[in-house]
Amino acid sequence: MLSAGPTPRIPLESWQFAITTEAGQQHHWSWLELLALPSQTPTVDLHCVTKWSKLSTSWRGVSLDVLLEEVETAADFALAHSYGGYTTNLPLEDLLDGQAWIVYEYDGAPLPPEHGGPARLLVPHLYLWKSAKWVRGIQLLLEDEPGFWETAGYHDYGDPWREQRYQGD
Amino acid sequence: MTYVDGNALAGPLREIFAVDLTAASGQCVACGQTGPVAALRVYTSAPGLVARCPGCDEVVLRLVRGPSGAWLDLRGCVSLQIPL
Ligand SMILES: [Zn+2]
Repeated sequence: MLSAGPTPRIPLESWQFAITTEAGQQHHWSWLELLALPSQTPTVDLHCVTKWSKLSTSWRGVSLDVLLEEVETAADFALAHSYGGYTTNLPLEDLLDGQAWIVYEYDGAPLPPEHGGPARLLVPHLYLWKSAKWVRGIQLLLEDEPGFWETAGYHDYGDPWREQRYQGD
Repeated sequence: MTYVDGNALAGPLREIFAVDLTAASGQCVACGQTGPVAALRVYTSAPGLVARCPGCDEVVLRLVRGPSGAWLDLRGCVSLQIPL
């Protein structure tokens, strides 16, 4: 399992997911509020930058389309924040139209902490470092802001089909 | 002329990176703890190497090795004292 630090353990009672707009408006969900939203069960292929792929993984979670539905924003960019301090950036349009989820089940079981639980971002059409584990929020931005690996040589966008691993790829 | 270009670093950096940096002593920006690079907690099962402070778990050093170069981030380190 890829990890850039110690595995955070977040009690579900205090877990929270928040979307913050460029104007500073915050929309947040508790664990129970997240579970109460309509969920989907995407089956997707994962592509890790260290060259392995895992095919047909099955998840349950809430589409970002649902979470962003009530959010008023003019932002073009998003920065995902995780418990433990990790960040990763992506264009807002890559979170929309059924391309991204906040997932909390893997293979029919609650997502364990080592796999990013209680909940992680899932953006399967980009390299896996964009699918932030232990996600706690998404910040909407007018300007692109590189995240943890994007400030240390990794590609800003990370399209596996174009092998965008490093800056300049 | 108030500064010179980065070529002036070539000699000093070559000397520094020719030594074993794990013996160097650094101070954590986040908590101020000082200790040798060898005592950092390094997470290697990631897209790069992430070395964290044993005192506060904040990132002290990151190193990403690409096919044609490396990226070194020392933002979490006040300075490195390198025995020469
Ligand atoms: Zn520290």
